[in-house]
Amino acid sequence: MATVSLKKLTKRYGNMEIVHGIDLEIADREFIALVGPSGCGKSTTLRMIAGLEDISGGTIDIGGRMVNDLPPRSRNISMVFQSYALYPHMTVRENLGFSLKIAGAAKDHMDRRVAEASAILGLDELLERRPSQLSGGQRQRVAMGRAIVRDPDVFLFDEPLSNLDAKLRTQMRTEIKKLHAKVKSTVIYVTHDQVEAMTLADRIVIMRSGHIEQVGTPDEVFSRPAIRFVAGFIGSPPMNLHEATVSDGRLMFSGGDSLPLPGQFKSKTAAGDRVVFGIRPDDFYPTGHGLSSGGETEVHRAELPVSITEPLGNETLVFAEFNGTDWVSRMLNPKPLKAGDRIGMSFDLSRAHLFSAETGKSLRS
Amino acid sequence: MKGFKPSAPFLLLLPAIVVLAAVVVLPLILSLYSSFTPFRLTRPETFFVFVGFRNYLSILSNADFWWAFGRTVLLLTIALNLEMLLGLGLAMLVEKATRGQRILRTLMMFPMMFSPILVGFQFKFMFNDNIGLVNNALQSLGITEDAIPWLIEGHLAFIAIAIAEIWSSTSIFAILILAGLLAMPKEPIEAARVDGCTPWQTFRYVTWPFVMPFAYIAMTIRSLDVARAYDIVKIMTDGGPAGRTELLWTLVGRTAYSDARMGLANAMAYFSILLSIAFTVYFYNKLAAARAQIGAEW
Repeated sequence: MATVSLKKLTKRYGNMEIVHGIDLEIADREFIALVGPSGCGKSTTLRMIAGLEDISGGTIDIGGRMVNDLPPRSRNISMVFQSYALYPHMTVRENLGFSLKIAGAAKDHMDRRVAEASAILGLDELLERRPSQLSGGQRQRVAMGRAIVRDPDVFLFDEPLSNLDAKLRTQMRTEIKKLHAKVKSTVIYVTHDQVEAMTLADRIVIMRSGHIEQVGTPDEVFSRPAIRFVAGFIGSPPMNLHEATVSDGRLMFSGGDSLPLPGQFKSKTAAGDRVVFGIRPDDFYPTGHGLSSGGETEVHRAELPVSITEPLGNETLVFAEFNGTDWVSRMLNPKPLKAGDRIGMSFDLSRAHLFSAETGKSLRS
Repeated sequence: MKGFKPSAPFLLLLPAIVVLAAVVVLPLILSLYSSFTPFRLTRPETFFVFVGFRNYLSILSNADFWWAFGRTVLLLTIALNLEMLLGLGLAMLVEKATRGQRILRTLMMFPMMFSPILVGFQFKFMFNDNIGLVNNALQSLGITEDAIPWLIEGHLAFIAIAIAEIWSSTSIFAILILAGLLAMPKEPIEAARVDGCTPWQTFRYVTWPFVMPFAYIAMTIRSLDVARAYDIVKIMTDGGPAGRTELLWTLVGRTAYSDARMGLANAMAYFSILLSIAFTVYFYNKLAAARAQIGAEW
């Protein structure tokens, strides 16, 4: 069990800097998700922690020990790879026990650890098979078993669920969460899927182009995105984000429509400021079909035409036309709608977001 | 022949069948038959004297033949093992190269581009005790005062031949093993590093099992090659000195043409083929096992 601390961590390939001096403190037993679009440096960061990539600058401490120059085998970590990376010529049992065999562990100790891991992951039936005889989900479980057998200080997951189909992914996500509850060690989990990050992590680290954009609990990054990028990245369907100009206590959109300036931003903006207005689909809903929070204090209502609907059963995503573009809204307790219908829509402005158009920073306090 | 109408495919294949029969099947049958006769090239009438297994029985008690047989197996063992080690080393070095890998791969193939006859002449010259490069170099470097009689002393001649064989064919191993290394997924190696393996352990437990099938393919090819080794030996020592480097096929060639005992030579040849078959079967089994082990899908 260990803390992990990154200080000014930098990665360069030749003249290309991929990771730009990131700082991150990870607490003991914390589940951290690194999330971001492709090429944001999250996998590179993970591989530097693992020791599979050289560090170009800065330091990595695991459990208070600087590991920059230690080879992977001396860092007491284990890693689960996207492609599982099982040893194809070994049985499941041998795969699980391999790290202990290398470490020269006693036979009975090895057997006991393998039995424990296989019990946790339900691999008992598969121990004598080879990886080529397993399905994707089973291989993934073996890869995780191999990681827990070592009893490492830190678990590293590199997009472990990306190769699985949607249903299996949801299932394995739950298993990973259960696993963390059982083995209680520090986990660093890289994913490009914000749903995985939200559901699994204690804290989420959102990265873009080699920088950390925001670090926070799932609730923080969802409810209080610090910048426009995070607001657009976290949440599904994504937040409606539209540029506007502040004028006379109203937000004037380029298409000619306008909304009242939400009260909490009145003191933070001046007439003529260019801003980005953001509202989640949950806070923009057909009147009477929203979250019945009851705490709505600042609701703006408008009658808007429906351009398309996506029924999901328990809810329907309604794309309503406002200011010349489609704004997505979430309709709970849905009723049938068709394109062209005009419906009353509610903007819960107390829950809206405002970002500076120049810097992208949130104007919330 | 009323009513006999050969089908069109048969008719179309007939020319090929006739040609193959004339150049492959017929000589094969004739040579097999002649191994049961005391056929001598100088006395054609002996071709029609059938002696049953007499040639084969005389081989069994022929010391020269068994020496040649043993020597061939020894050369095969030494050459294949060294070629595999060197080829593996070469392949791993080339695989490490990040730039110029294509050029290195092409350069690696160079020895295979020379005719074995030329390789024989080249090494005969290099190992010549008076004017050869090897002695010249050894003496200039002060490693030895005397000229080493490379191709004149039996053991040294055998070593010289082995070196020529290894030089000319290590690249088969290198190329095939390199193909294996390049085809190998990189993640298991990274997983092994994280799992606590030293570089040697990573090679021993992860890389080697994966590359093994490729090495066995090279082994199969090369075992057939070496088991019928002829040209390099013929040129370098012609089986000498005093038969100390005589291999199976140089012996067969000498018996057939110099001694003109074609019947006996054919019997030896058929017997020798058993050796090749044995090695092929052995390496194929190894290959199948190794493939099954890594779960190969080819």
